[in-house]
Amino acid sequence: MTRTDKQTGGTGSAVTVRGLVKHYGETRALDGVDLDVREGTVMGVLGPNGAGKTTLVRILSTLLAPTAGQATVAGYDVVRQPRQLRRVIGLTGQYASVDEKLSGWENLYLIGRLLDLPRKQARARADELLERFSLTEAARRPAATYSGGMRRRLDLAASMIGRPAVLYLDEPTTGLDPRTRNEVWDEVERLVGDGVTVLLTTQYMEEAEQLASELTVVDRGKVIASGGIEELKAKVGGRTLRIRPADPSRLRPLAGALDELGITGPAGATVDAGREAVLVPILSDEQLTAVVGAVTARGITLSSLTTELPSLDEVFLSLTGHRASAPQDTVPVDAREEVAV
Amino acid sequence: MSATTLTSDLRTDARIPLRGHLRHTGALVRRNLLWIRQDPESMFDAVLFPIVFTLLFVYVFGGSIGQSLGGGQEAYVQYIVPGLMAMMGMNMAQGVGTGFNQDFNTGVMDRFRSLPIGRGSVLFAKISVEMVRMLIATAILMVVGVLVGFDITDWPGLFAAVGLSAVFGSALMWVFLTLGVVMKNAQSVQAMGFLVLMPLQFGSSIFAPPQSMPGWLEGFTEYNPLSSLADAARGLMVGGPVAQDLWMTLAWSVGITAVMAPIAIHKFRTKT
Repeated sequence: MTRTDKQTGGTGSAVTVRGLVKHYGETRALDGVDLDVREGTVMGVLGPNGAGKTTLVRILSTLLAPTAGQATVAGYDVVRQPRQLRRVIGLTGQYASVDEKLSGWENLYLIGRLLDLPRKQARARADELLERFSLTEAARRPAATYSGGMRRRLDLAASMIGRPAVLYLDEPTTGLDPRTRNEVWDEVERLVGDGVTVLLTTQYMEEAEQLASELTVVDRGKVIASGGIEELKAKVGGRTLRIRPADPSRLRPLAGALDELGITGPAGATVDAGREAVLVPILSDEQLTAVVGAVTARGITLSSLTTELPSLDEVFLSLTGHRASAPQDTVPVDAREEVAV
Repeated sequence: MSATTLTSDLRTDARIPLRGHLRHTGALVRRNLLWIRQDPESMFDAVLFPIVFTLLFVYVFGGSIGQSLGGGQEAYVQYIVPGLMAMMGMNMAQGVGTGFNQDFNTGVMDRFRSLPIGRGSVLFAKISVEMVRMLIATAILMVVGVLVGFDITDWPGLFAAVGLSAVFGSALMWVFLTLGVVMKNAQSVQAMGFLVLMPLQFGSSIFAPPQSMPGWLEGFTEYNPLSSLADAARGLMVGGPVAQDLWMTLAWSVGITAVMAPIAIHKFRTKT
């Protein structure tokens, strides 16, 4: 009956989702999602806008009822045991949900009281978390005066008041500048170091790669791939060979020669002029050997030769047929890039 | 789908002990009071509304409307103060609606809803604070009223009128809560509330006796719950027939609550 029993009961899974479906009228926000987050790990849920990430988090935090399917968090069912479940989760949403009119301290004290901490403990916990998230100096100022990064940190602190077993981070760095984003990443890494299980949703490959140990790629309400990050990359295959001639002027002849060989991948060899290298997609070890042989035969001196696993963006492209960072709707790429920075 | 949410929530709420509910509501009341401290301007309407309206109506319209009442400005003071009293409950109702809307828009409501607290706590806290605002506004109204010549003849009647306005205001609150949950932002809640309330307020016996209005409008005012409320408050505060208007007001309050409360709760529970 106790939580620990349930949590460790066999699977070691902190979050278990089976066949989760959420329909809004005709729209299928979630269309049969399965997911397992092992205790003490960071699961990245990666997908473009509208993939259903936020819907998933909202169901797992009891803000939304699923249309069908099952989900348990720390052993508690999202539909049947919402109150127990709410006790073991922390939620940091896409928009920092702190009360802007209250000071940082008052925000944390309020949450402490709502989590049934006695006054004294609620005060102590507020002080402790402000200290930990480097907000002590701003503790008495209204949150409205905080910078974007400070607000996210306060939001994280608020999520940690009840020492949650599972923390949801719904696009925690969307809209932050790179420096602030790194701040938030550092905090998340520290939390993970403390043993918190994290479910992180993100649109950024870099973020998933940085924080998550396992990854679930979602698109249009469906899981299209899942596994360890390296595992996923391997699954997609397609290593890239990066060849750097010692003499940059040999770049183009080199690329031409490789194309003539006809042994390169469907995309052919491409020249990365900025980095003075030729990139060759490689499908097999035989191809790799053939390319090296061809280069040697032409007497081209190389300064480096490396194979690279594909980036997550490429993984997404090969899994879904469209790029993760460019959703299917009408937002022009330029505008999106600005937002993403 | 909504049915499962509702039942599971009800069961959940039942398991939070009363002391827990009180603690949560207390913490949230503190939050709402801190808002006022942080933003004292939010009290302006509660303070200024009764002053401005009393002075405006008494001195601008008082003379001429008073004549039709068979007196002058003094007669109108006795008429308008209970009418304005009836309006105080509506301001309370509106405040709860806009406050709720803000909480939804800032994401704070998501945080509250993901905490193991009764969802009613957020609402009760907001109502308590708006109730205090209403009482402050009412007190100011009475002070200004007395200063411009209102005779308090019946103290129990006065308190009964305050209570009745609060009861009717609580019923209207469900309307504003629904608006607060459905509308996109606090400004539209306010504008919508204004659009609904304005004709109801002026097409009633709050500001002027309906006998001087054209027939169709007089007919409307007769069925307007705000007329019943204003007339009941008038009867309670300055004497005259009370019973029928009192019952009408209570019946309207029950009716509005019976229709709007389930809608508001449903919208609140299923808000995504």
